[in-house]
Amino acid sequence: MRSKIVLILFSLSFFLFTCESKPHRQGEILYLNFCANCHMDDGSGLAGNIPPLAQSDYVAQNQEQLACIIRYGMEGPIVVNGKTYQNPMAGIPELSEFEIANVINYINQAWGNDHGYVPLKEIRNSLEECKR
Amino acid sequence: MPLFLVILLLSGCRQPDRSLPILSKAHNENGVMVYEQIPDFSFIGQDSNLVTNATFAGKAYVADFFFTSCPTICPVMARNMLTIYERFQDSTKLLLLSHTIDPRRDSVARLAQYARNLGVRSDKWFFVTGNKDELYEIADDYFNVVIEDPTLPAGFDHSGRFVLVDPQRHIRAYCQGTDSLAVKKFIEDIETLLDEI
Ligand code: HEC
Repeated sequence: MRSKIVLILFSLSFFLFTCESKPHRQGEILYLNFCANCHMDDGSGLAGNIPPLAQSDYVAQNQEQLACIIRYGMEGPIVVNGKTYQNPMAGIPELSEFEIANVINYINQAWGNDHGYVPLKEIRNSLEECKR
Repeated sequence: MPLFLVILLLSGCRQPDRSLPILSKAHNENGVMVYEQIPDFSFIGQDSNLVTNATFAGKAYVADFFFTSCPTICPVMARNMLTIYERFQDSTKLLLLSHTIDPRRDSVARLAQYARNLGVRSDKWFFVTGNKDELYEIADDYFNVVIEDPTLPAGFDHSGRFVLVDPQRHIRAYCQGTDSLAVKKFIEDIETLLDEI
């Protein structure tokens, strides 16, 4: 009897656990395909050469810039968590605004980040402003 | 029957005192196997110093091929090399050697900056540039393939292998440098080799 209860509890917790995880599935896949080469699967970047996205103060403070960085890239020295980086990042023009939104919302909740949800409308506005 | 299976399983798990095979190309010379050595080379390191076979005399080293502006596999390779660097930081028996395959853009100054950014010692992990043909040719000796392909975003394709070379200039192990599980196993191979030296 006891073992049956344990079994039921176990499968129940397993069920809950699997249901709960992975809310930003497309964002994650896009991230792994387009960003993880450089910023790594865990968002940690490459020491001194490529800045992190996990726990990055730059990501936290420049939410309205993210869409433009993804589409057009960025250049020139930037400081992330007190460290200076100055390798250029090329833009990724293949991503649609929907896909950009999904990547950003994945990053914003991944690896312990908690930067809230960015609606598509705001992404559109940002992209309109930095349009080239 | 089950007992037999158990014994079989156990014996499969047991690690005999293992030594790494020599993987370099070999030919038979009057009944003796002769293994090819990594040929002589002479490149320039990030401190503008000459880096040659003599730099690695009496030591083992891990070699790879990359370029600093590589948008695809190199950052992950660099991170895995960094893991190897950190693991063997205090060992005097192992060095690291990264060759650029883009000598036109990867000047000594740029390699120095890249290495400094990584925070690694220049007498432990060498970043070298040099004559392009020599770099591409020696890549082949290290089981790496490098192809210039103008249709690719960065203009190159390369295979991203890490290769372990022993003090006799023979290749003893290699792995795919982008695969962190393979790199873990490779680190065990390095430990096995260093125990021999
Ligand atoms: C080819 C390598 C590469 C790829 C691929 C890449 N980045 Fe970057 N990224 C960089 C580099 C290098 C910088 C630093 C740029 C600078 O110093 O001006 C950077 C900077 C950033 C920054 C601002 C700094 C920070 O870390 O907070 C963000 C945000 C960012 N990238 C997001 C992305 C996202 C999202 C993707 C995928 C859609 C991506 N990057 C793909 C190399 C890359």
